[in-house]
Amino acid sequence: MSTEWIGVVVMYGLTVLLAIPLGKYLANVFKGEPNAFDFMAPLERLIYRLGGINPHRDMNWKENLVALLTINAVWLVYAFVLLLNQGSLPLNPDGNPSQTPDLAFNTAISFLVNCDLQHYSGESGATYLTQLGVMMFLMFVSAATGIAAAVLLFRSFMPQSVETVGNFYVLFTKAITRLLLPGSLVVALILAFNGTPASFDGKDTIVTLQGDTVNVSRGPAAGFIAIKHLGTNGGGYFGANSAHPLENPNYLTNMVEMIAQVLIPIAMIFAMGFYINRRKFAWVVYSVMTIGMLGLLIPTISSELGGNPAIARMGISQLTGAMEGKDVRFGALASGYWSIVTTIISTGSVNSMHDSSMALSGAMQLLGMMVNAFYGGVGAGLLNFYYFLIIAVFVSGLMVGRTPELFGRKVEAREIKIASIVALMSALLVKGGTALGAWIFMKYGAAEWAVQPSAWLNNPGFHGFSEILYEFTSANANNGSGFEGLGDNNFFWNYSTGIVLLLGRFLPIIGPVAIAGLLAKKKYVPESSGTLPVDTATFGLMIFAVIFIITALSFFPALALGPLAEYFSLR
Amino acid sequence: MKTHLVPALRLTLVMLVLLAVIYPLLVAGISRLTPGGGQGETVVVNGKVVGYSRIGQSFTEDRYFNSRPSAVDYNAAGSAGSNKGPSNPDYLKTVQARIDTFLVHNPGVQKADIPAELVTASGSGLDPDLSPEGAKIQVARIAKVRGIAVEKLNQLVDSHTEGPLLGLFGPAKVNVLRLNIALNALK
Repeated sequence: MSTEWIGVVVMYGLTVLLAIPLGKYLANVFKGEPNAFDFMAPLERLIYRLGGINPHRDMNWKENLVALLTINAVWLVYAFVLLLNQGSLPLNPDGNPSQTPDLAFNTAISFLVNCDLQHYSGESGATYLTQLGVMMFLMFVSAATGIAAAVLLFRSFMPQSVETVGNFYVLFTKAITRLLLPGSLVVALILAFNGTPASFDGKDTIVTLQGDTVNVSRGPAAGFIAIKHLGTNGGGYFGANSAHPLENPNYLTNMVEMIAQVLIPIAMIFAMGFYINRRKFAWVVYSVMTIGMLGLLIPTISSELGGNPAIARMGISQLTGAMEGKDVRFGALASGYWSIVTTIISTGSVNSMHDSSMALSGAMQLLGMMVNAFYGGVGAGLLNFYYFLIIAVFVSGLMVGRTPELFGRKVEAREIKIASIVALMSALLVKGGTALGAWIFMKYGAAEWAVQPSAWLNNPGFHGFSEILYEFTSANANNGSGFEGLGDNNFFWNYSTGIVLLLGRFLPIIGPVAIAGLLAKKKYVPESSGTLPVDTATFGLMIFAVIFIITALSFFPALALGPLAEYFSLR
Repeated sequence: MKTHLVPALRLTLVMLVLLAVIYPLLVAGISRLTPGGGQGETVVVNGKVVGYSRIGQSFTEDRYFNSRPSAVDYNAAGSAGSNKGPSNPDYLKTVQARIDTFLVHNPGVQKADIPAELVTASGSGLDPDLSPEGAKIQVARIAKVRGIAVEKLNQLVDSHTEGPLLGLFGPAKVNVLRLNIALNALK
């Protein structure tokens, strides 16, 4: 057991040790200062030339948003068409069928928005062409989109009033050439050398030692799994995601995948500190997020190590913790750690099945997604944190009777309205969706859909409700993990979560970038003794309180009906 | 919108070539140098492929070290956990039945000594491993069926136990397929 503790502590420690220099490097990259990957410049010039982009033209926030949304729309149409026709396109050695329109709609959106909710299994629902040309491609570009949007935000923290905030295309391209592509190559090769397949051969058939005939799915998985983690995407190549022994072969790959997924979210915090030259503020943000993570992690680890009380009552001692839905090579501790990290940073890859997690762990996983700003997804985490920050500045400004300002710019009614709408929308989407799902389940159980509503849930009672709640929470947070017992490949789930996915992605991008653009234009007033300092522990506490109160008010009743009720019924 | 549509289309094409063609081909090319040649590492006995080293197999007979319960019955063309919640009454009945079956096949074993992984399904449904305790608790049964000394089987499990990574990180485990191949080779 002690080696399991060391494993988790070292995993986290290494992440932070790597994230600080990576943050410095990223700040240099996005400021255009000299850095280690300047040899990529010719490739970038080639990309700009072939793409018809003028890299020297700075744009204002509206134009950047239009550029971002336009290219995302192109990707959506492209992905949808390919998934609809994958069955008759090349690179399909296993002869898998095309996706139905509702499934293709859901899959295309889900990967576009960096969520990767999957209502199909990779082994049977995708082809090598779509795995690489749709899923993996979108994993790269959606992560780069998030990073570019976050850097646009940094500009508004700078001490000059500016009309233009940068060039989306340049930030996007550099996020790929100088971060995601080289990083993925390294991770992919580590995986390949530990047993993850990377070739294009189809299924293999073998006769096992005991004499059973078994098919084994394979394919170009290593490169896919690398960007899946580095870009906090989370979509599995295989159905069981990173619990699959080819997707995550041993403890070493487990550490690499874990570090890869949380590295950039943490590095982006430090990158902000270096970029706007406010390192102390970055540490305040990092501390708030880390305390939030620990608050979710400790109850989870304690309940996973404690094992299932119902199985304990049967006389099984469960010295290795709760093992349902977990693989032996990771153990309960590393699985519990993964389940929290993947839900707070919107990766949504899993190395254990969350549906079988202990009730309290399920509540913590849900909370991680409901907050969605403890580290958060690449870029998206800071964008989410930003609207909490704006609200915290406003509330504390009112409390001490000063004009609310952030980095020398007044925060006024318009900015607060946008931030509040974004915050409230997420509660509306999650709870509205859950209510609708539960209502259909109760009222139209016999509807003739691909999966009858009465058969949606894999578990009865409180846990069944949690399955519905988890699906919409995951969709809204663009997380992508699931209580996978839910029968979700049908008309209702594909369309309803598809719409929630779109709103859950683009509102938190549009809102903060708009606020940032509005602030950047305002007159810069140098900070003075009359300014409320934001880089102090007191203010950190304030942000934490704002996050806690907004989340508790929005979501506590829903949690009480699902995982908390299950927890108390099991004791 | 219109001014951005052409660059969007062109940039998408360029990125497709870079990310969805060049990158995976590069990874596939280099991975030919890996032990499995980039296709997953197979295990060969007497010139015949009997499995993939990382992918668990169903072992249910008393003469083998049994593998864990699996929600997909070790069908490696799919993969999944049971997704049963901790309070699900049907699921708890299944666990109880597994405990009872195990005690019938392994007389003399105390219930409290059964490791949790032997009565619960894994996350992947393809878990290739057991904990060392999960293998050792089956030794008495196999010794009886095969007529091999308990001591010898315990040594076999020990020699097939992979310790934590670098001796420091993570749990110890035993690969069930490799263990059973070695078991077959014991005379």
